[in-house]
Amino acid sequence: MAALVEMKQISKVYPNGVVANRNVDFAVERGEIHALVGENGAGKSTLMKVLYGLEQPTHGEIWLKGARVEIPNPHRAIELGIGMVHQNFMLVPSFTIAENIVLGSEPRKGRFLDRAQAIAVTEMLSKNYGLQVDPTARIEATPVGMRQRVEILKTLYRGADLLILDEPTAVLTPQETDELFVAVRKLVDQGKTVIFITHKLVEVKEISDRVTVMRHGEVTGRVATADVTEADIARMMVGRAVFLQIDKPPVQRGRVVAEVRNLGYVAETGRPMLRNVNFDVYAGEILGVAGVEGNGQTELVEVMTGLRPATTGEIRIDGTPVQGQSARRIRLSGVAHIPEDRLTNGVALDASIAENLVVDRYNRPPFTRRGALSPRAIQTQAVALMQQFDIRAAGPTALMRSLSGGNMQKVIVAREFSAEPALLIAAQPTRGVDIGATEFVHTQLVAKRNEGKAVLLVSADLAEVMSLSDRIAVMYKGEIVGILENGPHLTEEEIGLYMLGLKRDEGARGEL
Amino acid sequence: MSFEVVLQSIFSAAFIATVIRVSTPLILPAMGGLISELSGAINIALEGVMLAAAFTGVVVSGFAPQWFPGAPEWVYALAGGVVGVLVGMAMGWMIAFFHLELKTDIILTGLAMNILAAGGTVFLMFSLTGDKGSTSTLDSAQLPAVQIPLVNNIPILGTLLNGENGAGYNIMSYIAFVLVAVIWVFLYRMSSGVHLRATGEMPDAAQSVGINIRRTRYWALVASGACAALGGLYLSMGYLSIFQANMTAGRGFIALAVVYLGNRNPIGTLIAALIFGTASALGTRLGTMAIPPQLVEMIPPVVTIAALVLYNIRRRARLNAAARRFQEQTEAAHA
Repeated sequence: MAALVEMKQISKVYPNGVVANRNVDFAVERGEIHALVGENGAGKSTLMKVLYGLEQPTHGEIWLKGARVEIPNPHRAIELGIGMVHQNFMLVPSFTIAENIVLGSEPRKGRFLDRAQAIAVTEMLSKNYGLQVDPTARIEATPVGMRQRVEILKTLYRGADLLILDEPTAVLTPQETDELFVAVRKLVDQGKTVIFITHKLVEVKEISDRVTVMRHGEVTGRVATADVTEADIARMMVGRAVFLQIDKPPVQRGRVVAEVRNLGYVAETGRPMLRNVNFDVYAGEILGVAGVEGNGQTELVEVMTGLRPATTGEIRIDGTPVQGQSARRIRLSGVAHIPEDRLTNGVALDASIAENLVVDRYNRPPFTRRGALSPRAIQTQAVALMQQFDIRAAGPTALMRSLSGGNMQKVIVAREFSAEPALLIAAQPTRGVDIGATEFVHTQLVAKRNEGKAVLLVSADLAEVMSLSDRIAVMYKGEIVGILENGPHLTEEEIGLYMLGLKRDEGARGEL
Repeated sequence: MSFEVVLQSIFSAAFIATVIRVSTPLILPAMGGLISELSGAINIALEGVMLAAAFTGVVVSGFAPQWFPGAPEWVYALAGGVVGVLVGMAMGWMIAFFHLELKTDIILTGLAMNILAAGGTVFLMFSLTGDKGSTSTLDSAQLPAVQIPLVNNIPILGTLLNGENGAGYNIMSYIAFVLVAVIWVFLYRMSSGVHLRATGEMPDAAQSVGINIRRTRYWALVASGACAALGGLYLSMGYLSIFQANMTAGRGFIALAVVYLGNRNPIGTLIAALIFGTASALGTRLGTMAIPPQLVEMIPPVVTIAALVLYNIRRRARLNAAARRFQEQTEAAHA
């Protein structure tokens, strides 16, 4: 019998010349959980976008149940019984869960919407597949785990037999991940087929029947999961062993660099995003901030760096209050910031590397003399930093836009580290960055710590926080629910309990 | 002139009738602006569309008797109205085409439409009538007024329901209010309206469930042009019976402001349009008294700014109250 889906010799070349897929063969059997793994940028998502009709292959064929099909758009994919749960949720925030589930193919009564039916259908699906949701809640008011269940229900409502889950666990806590796995198994029991995109090897072993591994747009392995170890898969993924262990001398805590007291922030929408946040960051330590995304981490960083005003509370850097000051004043007080959203807050895409490297100091000597910029000093600095931070580009005048994600991040790291800050705030510093650059950023962060700088590391990647931090503050619903000493005794599950709000230390609120 | 007289003239049925007349050419284009705004394609050419439609209506209904003599008067009026709406839809379609197919900036495209309409109407008016100021030499038709029977004998109700002279409101005023209800039903109770809102709020989500974003925005801009055209037609074929150069006087832009003031929903937009209409009517009333006209003309914009400021002060107060409540709660919880 033919495979449920067969993709034959798929190639995808983007107009800018990037080859995302090269002669990829990919097959999924009916009723299996098939893991598709690879590093960021290995071409997994592109391959799945081709299958879902979001991208057209440059060449290659798609066969479904033994017949060749064309999938020019998602609409066609849905008709063919293919559903996709995207990494960034495709939900309308102001609509209710039921409205989102039926969006695009609403039940009708005559010419009008049948809203009662929409809710009934949602409840029925929710019960049949064991995916708990509240049909009348608005998406903007629901937690991430529920949004993901809504996405899955959405595909089921459309009659999907094949579900593509694109990095579904990236935004979930360990407990939510377990729940998801239970739901996925239930789906397969009921005759569905699941493609599970991930780069977490533990999950591959736990959930999948078979696995296809991709690297640099090509398939490097196609095996039954039971036949291989995690290390085998890792080798296929990167072509070399990955060192997740980071060498770090014991912490040598110095003075208090940053003091945050009773910090509160209420968003434009009236929703409180930070509640009574208290912590200190000491010289010579990395304080990690863990938490499911959207629990106030972004706001914390933006308030601390002057991108948003605090509603209440105090922030002191080396004893000087800085809250309510401009981003520039805060920088001058000794704060450096690797922003979460690189493309918006980190770099100017249409400016050169040299310009991006000087943007926080252009108005000081040696870059400005007697009111005029000195191109030579700017050039010299750029050349030196590019070498020191291993930025691979045509030269200092190359546009940021032309760089890969990893090199772009290195430019930001170079600028922020060379500013010689007392406090370095790194938000999601390795998101969307390849393994080489990730290792580099990690090493640099530890080096800064060893030099005696204070580092605040905010990351959604729990493994990253756990392998780098000396202490870990966990945020839940805008509060710090615990500040934990890192060490071999601290487990992911333990942190997960805090991340889910199931556990909290009252001590975390007071003076530390 | 005493203050009392002013108050008397404001709190009267006649004043409310004026408010309705003045608000009509705001409500109609505002509904158009709302539809395109909610689809995620802002239409800043409401002003230009109104102007072009106002002109077209007058010209078509004015020249139609020469081309097709012998038809009853209402046929010419209807022809002017229909062609005016078609011109509005065509302009909406052009914006959509330039923006969606040729990828021009939608603000610049809309701006170009406004300039085109402002210059084009005067140019064509001069070519056709030899006058650059107005079409007063052209005997153009008017859209009919709808008189509600029997109520004219009742003192206040008569004025309220049929206007100051008892002849009834222009049909466009009725269309305006009906349109608000129709658009509300469309947006919240029909799937195509829900698709339109989803397209504007989260295009990726809409696209991923098979909603055609391009087609949705095409239709939204075309419908937006039709609504704005109704507003323009009212000005030249109801409010007045001639076309004057730049007779919209910024109403298309005010309509856009009204959409935001109304919090981007039909009912809010209607209320905002009525607030603005009230301010304009007030201006007209006071204009008959010994108050400098410059001051009087300032009333509508001042009221708009005041409304926006009040709205934001209230919003901020609400935010601060929420923040305070929350701070108290957390303090109480951890005391």
